[in-house]
Amino acid sequence: TLCLQRLDGRQTYDYRNIKISFGTDYGCCIVELGKTRVLGQVSCELVSPKLNRATEGILFFNLELSQMAAPAFEPGRQSDLLVKLNRLLERCLRNSKCIDTESLCVVAGEKVWQIRVDLHLLNHDGNIIDAASIAAIVALCHFRRPDVSVQGDEVTLYTPEERDPVPLSIHHMPICVSFAFFQQGTYLLVDPNEREERVMDGLLVIAMNKHREICTIQSSGGIMLLKDQVLRCSKIAGVKVLEITELIQKALENDQKVRKEGGKFGFAESIANQRITAFKMEKAPIDTSDVEEKAEEIISEAEPPLEVVSKPVLWTPGTAQIGEGIENSWGDLEDSEKEDEDEGGSDEAIILDSIKTDTGVEISNIGSQDAPIVLSDSEEEEMIILEPDKNPKKIRTQTIHATQEKGPSKKPVKKRKKKRTAN
Amino acid sequence: MAFLDSLGGSRRDQIVSKRRDTCGRGSRRAPHPSWRLLIGYAVCTQARASGRKRQSLLHVGSPAMEESMQTETKVRPESGAESGPRSPSCTLRHFACEQNLLSRPDGSASFLQGDTSVLAGVYGPAEVKVRKEIFNKATLEVILRPKIGLPGVAEKSRERLIRNTCEAVVLGALHPRTSITVVLQVISDAGSLLACCLNAACMALVDAGVPMRALFCGVTCALDSDGTFMLDPTAKQEKEARAVLTFALDSVERKLLMSTTKGLYSDAELQQCLAAAQTASQHVFRFYRESLQRRYSKS
Repeated sequence: TLCLQRLDGRQTYDYRNIKISFGTDYGCCIVELGKTRVLGQVSCELVSPKLNRATEGILFFNLELSQMAAPAFEPGRQSDLLVKLNRLLERCLRNSKCIDTESLCVVAGEKVWQIRVDLHLLNHDGNIIDAASIAAIVALCHFRRPDVSVQGDEVTLYTPEERDPVPLSIHHMPICVSFAFFQQGTYLLVDPNEREERVMDGLLVIAMNKHREICTIQSSGGIMLLKDQVLRCSKIAGVKVLEITELIQKALENDQKVRKEGGKFGFAESIANQRITAFKMEKAPIDTSDVEEKAEEIISEAEPPLEVVSKPVLWTPGTAQIGEGIENSWGDLEDSEKEDEDEGGSDEAIILDSIKTDTGVEISNIGSQDAPIVLSDSEEEEMIILEPDKNPKKIRTQTIHATQEKGPSKKPVKKRKKKRTAN
Repeated sequence: MAFLDSLGGSRRDQIVSKRRDTCGRGSRRAPHPSWRLLIGYAVCTQARASGRKRQSLLHVGSPAMEESMQTETKVRPESGAESGPRSPSCTLRHFACEQNLLSRPDGSASFLQGDTSVLAGVYGPAEVKVRKEIFNKATLEVILRPKIGLPGVAEKSRERLIRNTCEAVVLGALHPRTSITVVLQVISDAGSLLACCLNAACMALVDAGVPMRALFCGVTCALDSDGTFMLDPTAKQEKEARAVLTFALDSVERKLLMSTTKGLYSDAELQQCLAAAQTASQHVFRFYRESLQRRYSKS
């Protein structure tokens, strides 16, 4: 028989090494599958339930393909791959009913927990779906939600200090296992890496739990698989899922133990010390005794700040202006709105006593300083007359009437240049 | 405040100047600290909003926005006579860093400060999209991704701060018509997140071998209501603080590359925080040096 050796030295049915590490927060984990790396974080929120499911909590999955993972991933774009992966994750974890959503109900029809699972791909070296499904289920197992109690109509939410947060109730742990097919299904590989994925003909993903129950199955790439092949794959998947589940449980127990004993936990502990690329430094005291002198020295050397004389103008309570403003050389951007305001004559300003005279003139000028109005038959064509008119008020009323008679399609375009008298 | 004038004093663009006298009064009467914090926050958000508005109107570049933010935060001109007692020991939390942990990016680093952790990946100098191409220097892009949900305004503003810092030190002119992309992923936020992002970005840039005129680091200071300041605050300390100041400093002259602040503080307090950050930066740079020595020395 042909002995296949893969590029990274694995045999056909070998998985890459799986490493699971937990953060300091509950529900936070990083799963490494060889060099593929996924960050998972679970969070929760109290929301009102969906109308047709009044007593069920909501599960939400979101896998993000960060640009960090591979340069080809663009931020803010829903690629086909991303949609496919998200859908597969939902089928694997939500539709398999591995989380008891009814236990997430607080008040039927009013308040339920929404559990949100955020997954970030940090490094893409093939087989994203397996790594993501492991990260999702590990994060869900690790997560603790705040405790709530309901007494009559009163719902009390307890902080972690008052009552220990409670874990989610998880029925089973579905895990995806991927198979890559080559040469129309002649060759089969488990856990393809990125290079193998690029040349594969077809992909079969089987999600299964440790009781050998298939949760979802998906074949993509357009190859015809024989019944035997699918059966063989499901057998292999059963073995792999059992191994992975054991590994997950061991990792979870380990983290639990360390937290209970008050030992050190979190990502800092999972950094391998022996690596030359890693380095740690203990808490460092900083001598700040001379800081005060230094600061005084700098301030004494610095030039004293300029005396700022500001006379704030309070137009209306809550808003004000410093300075008087200069002429706007940019033309008017939002003319039509302003027009209404100015004409309305409802400019009530509370003016500070000291500058009453200055601004008083200003306000009175606004109405009469309006410059010319331009009419245009088409909306594209805009003409601006910059010469100030002798009697603008009169013309404006006339022109507006004129346009209104012309019908609704012809919109008057008014441009004016505001000019202020310098007080 | 020059930009207010350039807006032609249309009523909608006028900024709140009430801020000024409430702040003045507030500091003398010393009301409830949380109230002051609230005002300070409002000031900052307003400053940002007005800065943005101005940008959209006049199409000016980023330095102007920074400027406006800096002027806004310069409130409370009285001297820091109330600086009060200070805790004798300011400490940095434990640091950890691992470089080159991702296989796909050209450079990567995960940086931990206490429980705060950020992962950074750098691609570059690489091919650049035609519309982003700059003919005489590299296009620097920074992407910051939050852990939960989609990136929002807070992330965009941080991205900009980090990008401006990187641009100040990266020798982009050596690689014209290329792109340098820094992708940052928040792994956990337990205070001083921006400082941690800056440190992670620097270590990843070093790992990628991007030419830089100096290294940079981020240091966050928090000012308490009674005038004590702490370095590298935790999330809880940041929440209780009257003001939080983050500085980016370069390794050659310890000069300020970027500063962003939130809350109220005096001139003297700003200078004190800056001086403390400069002292702390020596420790961070020593950490950089030792971790690189460990990696590249032969023994």
